[in-house]
Amino acid sequence: MEMYRSHVMICRGTGCTSSNSEQIAKNFEEEIKKHGLEKEVVVERTGCFGLCALGPVVIIYPEASFYSMVKPEDVEEIVKEHLVKGRIVKRLLYAESVEENRLKALEEVDFFKKQVRVALRNCGIINPENIDEYIAFDGYKALEKVLTKMTPAEVIDTVKRSGLRGRGGAGFPTGMKWEFASKSVNDQKYVLCNADEGDPGAFMDRSVLEGDPHSILEAMTIAGYAIGASQGYIYCRAEYPIAVKRLGIAIGQARLYGLLGDNIMGTGFKFDIELRLGAGAFVCGEETALIASVEGQRGMPRPRPPFPANKGLFAKPTILNNVETYANIPVIFNKGPEWFASMGTEKSKGTKVFALGGKISNTGLVEIPMGTSLREVIYEIGGGCPNGKKFKAVQTGGPSGGCIPEEHLDSPIDYESLAALGSIIGSGGMIVMDEDNCMVDIARFFMDFIVDESCGKCTPCREGTKRMLEILERITEGKGEEGDLDKLESLAKNIKNAALCGLGQTAPNPVLSTIRYFRDEYEAHIKDKKCPAGVCKELLNYFIIADKCKGCGICAKNCPQQCISGQPKTPYTIDSSKCIKCGVCMQKCPFKAIIRK
Amino acid sequence: MKTIQELEEIRKKTLDTINIRKDRSGTRIVVGMATCGIAAGARPVLLTIMDEIKKHDLSDVVVAQTGCIGMCRLEPIVEVYKPGEEKVTYVKVNPSKAIRIVNEHIMKGKVVEGYTIGAESK
Ligand SMILES: Cc1cc2nc3c(=O)[nH]c(=O)nc-3n(C[C@H](O)[C@H](O)[C@H](O)COP(=O)(O)O)c2cc1C
Ligand code: SF4
Ligand code: SF4
Ligand code: SF4
Ligand code: FES
Repeated sequence: MEMYRSHVMICRGTGCTSSNSEQIAKNFEEEIKKHGLEKEVVVERTGCFGLCALGPVVIIYPEASFYSMVKPEDVEEIVKEHLVKGRIVKRLLYAESVEENRLKALEEVDFFKKQVRVALRNCGIINPENIDEYIAFDGYKALEKVLTKMTPAEVIDTVKRSGLRGRGGAGFPTGMKWEFASKSVNDQKYVLCNADEGDPGAFMDRSVLEGDPHSILEAMTIAGYAIGASQGYIYCRAEYPIAVKRLGIAIGQARLYGLLGDNIMGTGFKFDIELRLGAGAFVCGEETALIASVEGQRGMPRPRPPFPANKGLFAKPTILNNVETYANIPVIFNKGPEWFASMGTEKSKGTKVFALGGKISNTGLVEIPMGTSLREVIYEIGGGCPNGKKFKAVQTGGPSGGCIPEEHLDSPIDYESLAALGSIIGSGGMIVMDEDNCMVDIARFFMDFIVDESCGKCTPCREGTKRMLEILERITEGKGEEGDLDKLESLAKNIKNAALCGLGQTAPNPVLSTIRYFRDEYEAHIKDKKCPAGVCKELLNYFIIADKCKGCGICAKNCPQQCISGQPKTPYTIDSSKCIKCGVCMQKCPFKAIIRK
Repeated sequence: MKTIQELEEIRKKTLDTINIRKDRSGTRIVVGMATCGIAAGARPVLLTIMDEIKKHDLSDVVVAQTGCIGMCRLEPIVEVYKPGEEKVTYVKVNPSKAIRIVNEHIMKGKVVEGYTIGAESK
C-alpha cells in the first residue's frame, strides 16, 4: 500500500454532493496530477462531516484544514498553494476554525468542541467505499471478539450493561430486545435494520449509512450471533440513493472478505444481509408496518402483541433496530460497556445524534453526550438564532414530538426529561424557531404531515387527525371559535388512547405541546384574530404609515385590487375590506411606508 | 475469505497510511515549501523523506509542509516535532542529509546536531 503525506478528504454526503462535490474531487485529482503530486497526495471521498450548510466541505490532512463552501474553481489555488507550497488558503477556510491567524484544531472549533462522536466516529474520516479503511479504525474487531471469545448470552449481557436504548424513537433498551428474541425458540430468526428515516428534516441515519456503512453490517452480524439468526435485512428508503449504493458496495466487500456469508472469519458462524428498499411512507418506519413491507405486503401496522421478538418477519422471531442504535454497537464491544455507560445520564446512556435545523446559525449534524442541555446545543454548538432574532422554541422528535420554550432550555437532553416536557428525543430532529415563527402554524404543519401519512387503518387516527387539522386551519384563517382549544385537547386525548400504532398515538403531541406553552398565541388567533408572529396570512392587514408616506402613488399603481387611494403628495390609505393581502404594495413602496401586522 | 490474522494485517497496514486523519500524537516532520524553499530544492528533500519512511515502514510519522519559515537563506528547512521534545530545526537540507535525519533522529532518537540551525549559526 502507498503512503501519502497528505489526504484530501472530500465530502460526498448527500448535502455536499448536491452542491457539486464530485466535480471538486475530480478537479483535485486533475490538479494534483498536473503538479506531479499523485504519489504524495491522495484524494478520498468520504461521508458527511456534519456542517452540511457550509458544504461542499474539504478537509486536508495532516493539517486538518477545514475548507468550506469550496467551489470547483477554487481547487487550483488550493493545490498550488496548500499542497505544493504548504500555504494554507486562509480565505477559503471555515471562518470559525481560524483564530488570530492560527489554524484551530477541529476539536477546538465551537461546533465540534462539545461533540463526542461515537455513532459518527468514522463519518468524514474514512472512505466508506473502502472496507480496509473501516477495518483500520478497529472495524470488525468487535465482531471478531464476539465470535471468538463470547457466548451469545455474554453478548446480550454486554449490550444490557452498556445501557444502550433504541435511537429510532421509542428508546427501548436494546439489550432487553435482543434477550427476548434470543429466548424465543425457532429454527429461523431475523435481524432487521430500520433505515426508513421518515421524520421531515432528519438525516442522522442517512449520514451514518453514507459515511460508515460497515458499522451497520458489523453490528447486525453481532446481533445475529446474539439472538441466533442467520439472515438480516436493511430496510432503506429509496430516496437515499447514495446510502443505498454504499450499502450495496459494503455488503459486496464484506462478503468478499468472508465477513458475511457461511463461515465468517473461519468460525463457522453464518450470517448474510440483504437490502430492501422502501417507498418512503412515514408509517413504514413503524416496526410492524416495516415487517409487512419487507415481506412484500402493504406497509400497514398491525396490533401488538404478538411482538416481533416472538412473531416478526415471516412469523419468525425478529429484532428491529435503528441505524444509529446499531452504529453504537461495535464501539460498545471495543471500548467496553462501562465506557459507554459512563457517558450520559442515569437512564439515558451514551450519545445521541441530532439534525439541527431551522432558525439556527450552524445547521448540521451534531453528536452530543446524553444529558447535555438544550441550551448548550442550541447556543454553544448551534450558535443561536441568526440575524439577532429572538429564540422562541425548539421542536424535537418531529411529527411525534413537541415544542419546548425558552424557559426549559436548561433541561438535560435525555429520554425522560424531554418526555416530561411534552416532547420526545425521537429520532433526533431538532428544529429551532424564532420570533418569526407562528406556533399555531407549526402545529398545523405537522398535523398536515400526519393527515397525509396516516395509513387509514384505524378510525381515531384517520378521522381524528383530519378533524384536528380542520380546526387548526380554521384558527389560522381567523375563523377560530371559543371552545376550539378544548375540542383539540379532547380529540388529542382520544386519538392518543385509541390509535392502533405509534403514528396516531403520538400525532397530537405537536398540538398539545404548543397549546401547553403558547396558549396566548392560540388565543390571539381565536379571540383577537391576530397572528402575533405575522405568519398567518388571513390574519394580517396592510397599513400605510402616514408619517412615512410621501404620497408618490407607486403602491396604488401596483395594487391589483386598486384598493389604495389618495392624493399625490399626501398620505395614501388602504381599503382593508378589498385588500387580498398580496403584499405587492409593501414590496413596491420606495419609502418603506407600508407595514403588515 | 480473510482469516483473523489477515484482517489484522490489513488493519495495521491501512492504519499506517490513514492514521494521520485521526491521530496527531506522533512525530511530525515539517518541510518548508514556499517558493524560496522549492527553489532551494525542498521537493527532492520532501520526496526523500517520504521514501525513507516508506522503506522503513515507519508508522506514527506525519510529513507536513509549511510555507516560508522566514529564513530563506537557510532553505531547505526541515523541522522535526517529537511528542514531548523540543522542536529541532535542520537547515540547508539535501536528500542525503534527509536520509540521515530519518535514520538517526526519527528512528533512533538521535538528533543530527551537525545539520541543525544551532550548528549553522556557530
Ligand atoms: C410512525 C412511526 C414511524 C417510525 N419511523 C421510524 C424510522 O424512520 N426509523 C426508525 O428507526 N424507527 C422508526 N420508528 C420506530 C420503530 O417502530 C422502532 O421502534 C425502531 O425502529 C426500533 O429500533 P430502536 O429500538 O433501535 O430504536 C417509527 C415508529 C412509528 C410509530
Ligand atoms: S394510527 Fe394511523 S398510521 Fe397507525 S394504524 Fe392507525 S391509521 Fe394507520
Ligand atoms: S408607495 Fe409608499 S410612499 Fe408612495 S404612496 Fe404608497 S405608501 Fe406612500
Ligand atoms: S396587499 Fe395587495 S391588494 Fe392589499 S393593498 Fe397591497 S397591493 Fe393592494
Ligand atoms: S453532506 Fe457534506 S458535510 Fe454533510
